[in-house]
Amino acid sequence: MKYYDKLIFELSRPGRKGYSLPENPYGPMLLPAGLGRGSKAMLPEVSEPDVVRHYTNLSQMNFGVDTGYYPLGSCTMKYNPKINEEIAAMPAFQGLHPLQDEATVPGVKAVYEGMDKALCAITGMKHFIFTPCAGAHGELTGLMIIREYHRRRGDLARTKIIVPDSAHGTNPASAAVCGLEVVEVRSTENGLVDVADLEKLLGPDIAGIMLTNPNTLGLFEREIGRIAELVHACGGLLYYDGANMNPLLGMVRPGDMDFDVMHLNLHKTFSTPHGGGGPGSGPVGVCAKLAGIADTMQVSGFHGNFGVILRAYAYILSLGREHVKMAGKLSVLNANYIKESLKDCYKLPIGSVCKHEFVFDGLVDDGSATGKAGATTLDVAKRLLDFGFHAPTIYFPLLFHQAMMIEPTETESPETLDAFIEVLRTIAAEAAADPDILHQAPHGTPVSRPDETRAARTPVVKYTPAV
Amino acid sequence: MAKIIEGLKYAPTHEWVRVEGGVAVIGVTDFAQMEMGDITYVDAPEVDDEVVAGEEFGALESVKASSDLISPVSGKVVEVNAELEDAPEKINEDAFANWIIKVEMSDPSELDALLDAAAYKNISE
Amino acid sequence: MFQYFPHTGEDIRRMLERIGADSLDALYADVPERFIYRGEYDLPAAMSEQQVRDFFEGLAAKNPKLKVFAGAGAYDHYTPSVIPYITSRSEFLTAYTPYQSEISQGTLRYIFEFQTVVCSLTGMDVSNASMYDGPTAAAEAMRICVSQAKKKNTVLVSATLLPQVLKVMEVYALNAGVRLVRIPAEGGQTSLQALGELIAAGDVAGAVVPSLNRYGIIEDHAGFADALHAAGALLVEYCDPSALAVLKSPAEWGADVAVGDGQPLGIPLCYGGPYVGFMACRQALIRKLPGRIVGETVDKDGKRCYVLTLQAREQHIRREKASSNICSNESLMALWVTVYAALMGPEGLREVNEISYGGAHYLEQQLLATGKFEKVFDAPFLKEFVLKPLVPVEELQQKLLDAGFFGALKTEEGYVSFCVTEKRTRAEIDRMVNVIREGWL
Repeated sequence: MKYYDKLIFELSRPGRKGYSLPENPYGPMLLPAGLGRGSKAMLPEVSEPDVVRHYTNLSQMNFGVDTGYYPLGSCTMKYNPKINEEIAAMPAFQGLHPLQDEATVPGVKAVYEGMDKALCAITGMKHFIFTPCAGAHGELTGLMIIREYHRRRGDLARTKIIVPDSAHGTNPASAAVCGLEVVEVRSTENGLVDVADLEKLLGPDIAGIMLTNPNTLGLFEREIGRIAELVHACGGLLYYDGANMNPLLGMVRPGDMDFDVMHLNLHKTFSTPHGGGGPGSGPVGVCAKLAGIADTMQVSGFHGNFGVILRAYAYILSLGREHVKMAGKLSVLNANYIKESLKDCYKLPIGSVCKHEFVFDGLVDDGSATGKAGATTLDVAKRLLDFGFHAPTIYFPLLFHQAMMIEPTETESPETLDAFIEVLRTIAAEAAADPDILHQAPHGTPVSRPDETRAARTPVVKYTPAV
Repeated sequence: MAKIIEGLKYAPTHEWVRVEGGVAVIGVTDFAQMEMGDITYVDAPEVDDEVVAGEEFGALESVKASSDLISPVSGKVVEVNAELEDAPEKINEDAFANWIIKVEMSDPSELDALLDAAAYKNISE
Repeated sequence: MFQYFPHTGEDIRRMLERIGADSLDALYADVPERFIYRGEYDLPAAMSEQQVRDFFEGLAAKNPKLKVFAGAGAYDHYTPSVIPYITSRSEFLTAYTPYQSEISQGTLRYIFEFQTVVCSLTGMDVSNASMYDGPTAAAEAMRICVSQAKKKNTVLVSATLLPQVLKVMEVYALNAGVRLVRIPAEGGQTSLQALGELIAAGDVAGAVVPSLNRYGIIEDHAGFADALHAAGALLVEYCDPSALAVLKSPAEWGADVAVGDGQPLGIPLCYGGPYVGFMACRQALIRKLPGRIVGETVDKDGKRCYVLTLQAREQHIRREKASSNICSNESLMALWVTVYAALMGPEGLREVNEISYGGAHYLEQQLLATGKFEKVFDAPFLKEFVLKPLVPVEELQQKLLDAGFFGALKTEEGYVSFCVTEKRTRAEIDRMVNVIREGWL
């Protein structure tokens, strides 16, 4: 990757243009006094080739799944099939107005119905809605459905939601946006929900529980049957955070575990590209008794991110009932393979079989015996960039101080995993011999470590031309 | 080693109090600033806001963390250290010299529940 | 074997051996047997790539191709071919959120440019990295009003906001315990007098009003900011960013927060998404912004670079105390509108508005001349307008559809709305008007 220093605004020259529009066949625009803009907006004035070269240069400072291995925990960075892009780009889909009557979009209707049916088959839920635009948006929508369920029964005392201490930060945040009070349930030493602690929290004020299964440590909550019984017995509902659905794909269905509401991240489990942080899609699935409520939830402008839903549908049809059964298993195989291959040089706090991801707690030998400051998880992550790999998710979950969360996904070959394992072993050896090599990393990227303190103390969030 | 100053009152949540008549001058301890790392922002209340002992009155932010500020006493905010708005790093430079708020105490007996320097030293090591 | 899975039988055997498991199923030994799904999935059989393509081409062919004369929150502006070419570059498309800034300068830099475009168009000081869409951005702005005001809990919303904006805000408000009160319209515009009366009733934390409203009318917000600020409340402008190239900006109206949907900046209709919401505000409110923000800084060697900043507001650090639960943006769509803004520049956007304005006013005139409509509002509009139909609406809509046009959207009041963008030619307008003129002879 080479460093390229320009912003599009810095290429701007007055009078240059990058567009081509038809002649205006009408008269001039006559806006009443007081409604027009006072001064021209500062936008770039650049030619079309300027634009293409600028953004091509920017792209070359970026790392994607197509560039290399991306073992980011809890993000499911699987291969994004190209046929799906072509389908989403079909003009006959792109040109449809969202307020068109259903009768004029039978092809779209078939996509939504087909997806609803397919997702129900895969998850064991009874109905899906597609308006949520992301995973966190799906969580919020699911919680809104839970609240509405209690509200319609006149049970207004259920204002609390139980969330494990290992949960993704979005869980408590979504609960708060939904007006629910968060109650944390502890994890046991084995990294699972402490059922005894859970029992103490249950009562008539509990709206439900949010669970990720497997959890953020990559461990299957094997007491889920008991947990579901207890929560249902107290009158609460179970919410399944689908962020970690990938290992269950083709093996275990949340509906069979008695979850009442769930969301899926189509951009994780169903292969749609992450796009540098979106657009995603977070459809919400519900059990039969919540289907009516779910259909009333309008949480975004129209019908959700149709373009993303199209891609996911293409993926499901490509897999079909035969191959969907392999996706989860291979993701679990890959994760356990890395875990077993590296546990002698990275601390493995919980050794049992993992699902699609697992967590190391830093280096076995961080090099502090050399008298220098020891190498941290951040240092390992930064050093990985030098070897052409993306870093794992770091410092999450919060249960461990040096957490390093690795999720390989099923689309990586054993050769890629072996190369990754080899590099992590090399880095571990470097750390033990001279941790400073890691402190200084990365060495070969377009920019080195940024001054984040400066960025936060005096935020500069837009370009201002030099006078 | 984090610095601790004799003669101040301390909360177990790492705030210090210096009593000036009926007013409590409140800041965070050297231990707290070391734990936080480079402080990037101090979220402080406004003058005339009410604070309650044991409840949050603001927060410190660093690049990767956020920590609530818990009021050691109850009362009305009479002054806010405006310097910290543009220079939060002053807390890193000297946590005891750079107070955050001054509170006119509604119940000075709340001070009795706070720790002295020796007791605070025990919990911040 | 399957084309997305690299593992051979031999690979699987070797890997299981390293793990010390005898089968792939053994890796699920921790899952109670009753939860393992042993049935056959009710899914179609796997399709080859060509079958997938044929399947979707078949579906696509079922949707009649229509000339769009409708808006109401989704506008059929032209998409320059450069944009999808750039956004489909895999380095942008297949990247995650830019956590590792050293290998994400491409994403970080275009988001910084996006934030600059949003600030330029709205006139505001700071912007975030984008939101899901316009309606959710409005709902988040409502949360900012309440959070800023501390003890006040009422947010006023103009009855002239798009219906979907009101609906999304309502479901957020219901659950957040915020009281939403409608500001009635007068002559198709948010009433300043009604706003004043509602403010006087007290408890108002802010108001959300559209600069270009559900009837297509360009609203006059003179006096709105003063009335709200005097009561310690915020003014939130909901706006069309394309129109902001020519209309008075939120900053010029004295707004504290500006939100809206970026779709009019060249994003295809695509049956409603993906689009991109935006949110910008005054400097003083920066820490109230939800979601991602990109900031400029320098690296260890002093080189200019970009990072995600002010993350201490966000859910992965503050959890239930975060400013929002949003933990992504619509990054690729932010790139989309940034490239659009770069290509169009201030002049291109002005021309887009001029042609759309010209076409819309021409269409209105022609429709009125058919004698089948009456004017409803005597108010200035840009590219969208409503008329009262003197013919049955359903019949009108069907005749248009039969002739290949999508227009005459029915409003809650029984009016019909039309929208014209620079993509619609004068000949298309004439043809559509002809259909109506000759529809009821």
